[in-house]
Amino acid sequence: MTIDYQPAIHFNHVGFSIGDFRILKGITGSFPEGKITTLVGPSGAGKTTLLKLCNGLLSPDEGELYIKGEAVNQFNPVDLRRMVGIALQSAPMVSGTVYDNLNLPLELQNQKLPVGEAEALLEDVGLAKDLLNRNVKDLSGGQRQKVSIARTLVNKPKVLLLDEITSSLDRTSLKEIEELIVKINEKYGTTIIWITHNLQQALEIGDYTWVMMDGEVIETGESELLNDPHNDEVRRFVKGEAK
Amino acid sequence: MSYFTLSLTLIFVLIPLILSKTFKLGLEKDTVVATVRSIIQLLAVGYVLKFVFDSSSLIYVFLMVTLMVVAATHNAQKKGASIQGITLKVAVTLVFVEVLTQGILIGFNITPPTAQYIIPISGMVIGNSMVLSILFLNRFTAEVESHQDQTELILSLGGTPKQAIHRQLIRSIKASMIPTIESQKTVGLVQLPGMMSGQIIAGADPIQAVQFQLLIMFLLLTTASVTSIMLGFLSYPTLFNKRMQILKS
Repeated sequence: MTIDYQPAIHFNHVGFSIGDFRILKGITGSFPEGKITTLVGPSGAGKTTLLKLCNGLLSPDEGELYIKGEAVNQFNPVDLRRMVGIALQSAPMVSGTVYDNLNLPLELQNQKLPVGEAEALLEDVGLAKDLLNRNVKDLSGGQRQKVSIARTLVNKPKVLLLDEITSSLDRTSLKEIEELIVKINEKYGTTIIWITHNLQQALEIGDYTWVMMDGEVIETGESELLNDPHNDEVRRFVKGEAK
Repeated sequence: MSYFTLSLTLIFVLIPLILSKTFKLGLEKDTVVATVRSIIQLLAVGYVLKFVFDSSSLIYVFLMVTLMVVAATHNAQKKGASIQGITLKVAVTLVFVEVLTQGILIGFNITPPTAQYIIPISGMVIGNSMVLSILFLNRFTAEVESHQDQTELILSLGGTPKQAIHRQLIRSIKASMIPTIESQKTVGLVQLPGMMSGQIIAGADPIQAVQFQLLIMFLLLTTASVTSIMLGFLSYPTLFNKRMQILKS
């Protein structure tokens, strides 16, 4: 399916392997600028690896990857990672308080996050501002995930990569985060690439969807494709019949 | 001490052998090997030292110190096998520590530049540096492995490799230095150091023995800090590539 848009990220026959194991095979396609694209597919399809390529945590072994029209290896890795932020699935924290974690992106640039801004970020992700001085060891899984998202926003990324950030959230928190991401997308025109196992979420939030299986992109298009996939494998996956 | 009296000290080897056999610890073979090796190695070094002291040639001193560095490097590098080029990094660290400490001792005329002083002090410095290297590498490799998610997090937020590994590096440096610092806090109260005890037993003035022991202890503080920090800063860049990515394992 051809979509008329300006690509924020473009893949041209991109491959990635660890040893003899090919995690990504000949990925070609684009993530549209200023839109929300969801990545769906079974576990082990290569979705997280794809996101890490976009943030420069990994480099492709084959093919070319372009960010905002420029080859990924032309960027200074530090600049690339500040421009293309990623919220990791495991929501890792550095030891210390919630503030220490929110301040981390600026601490890396020898700057300091004003307390008022830190509190506003917490409220944006649906957390009480009095959590600021709480030790991260005392946070629930959902709270950690929200702090992780808020921390990624500190760098004000132009592209935001989200790796299953709502998998450990309750229904209310999930809705809050969905609304926040949509708000960021609409207000700042931030391009969002969102890995999710929640197909309903992909349909409701995503403008476009990529379906990945076994290291390959099987089907792409507007998110409505999930209602009526062309590919049989995708159809089985959507029905919950695929592995 | 007569050879008969010396042979009686083997009672202290028999005790752990009997205990190992009784409690099925399976350490009999290792205990015997360690005993035989220590007898052969110490006797050999005794004769070598006698030859080197008698010859008063600095070439032999240099060769002995080189041998110490090679043996210590071989032993320490095993703990950092996952770090690229670890043998060279350990060797460079040990040589630097040896040159620095002997440079200060001889340069400031604290000890004379003779085999009698250089060899025993080098043995203590290089030996301590080797143990520090082992402690550091052991902790550092474990820290890197268990906190890879934090390293990746800091890189993902735009941190440099040095920033990404900083916390693990500092924890490893501190952990490897703690035994040296703690043992110095209790010295004289809990334990009398081996060198000082040896001098006193051999009939030296206890005050002079204490003075030399203080010298060695302060020397070992420098050895500990320089070894851990230098090895740390030589090792961490090999965990990343030029694109500031964690190297694929």
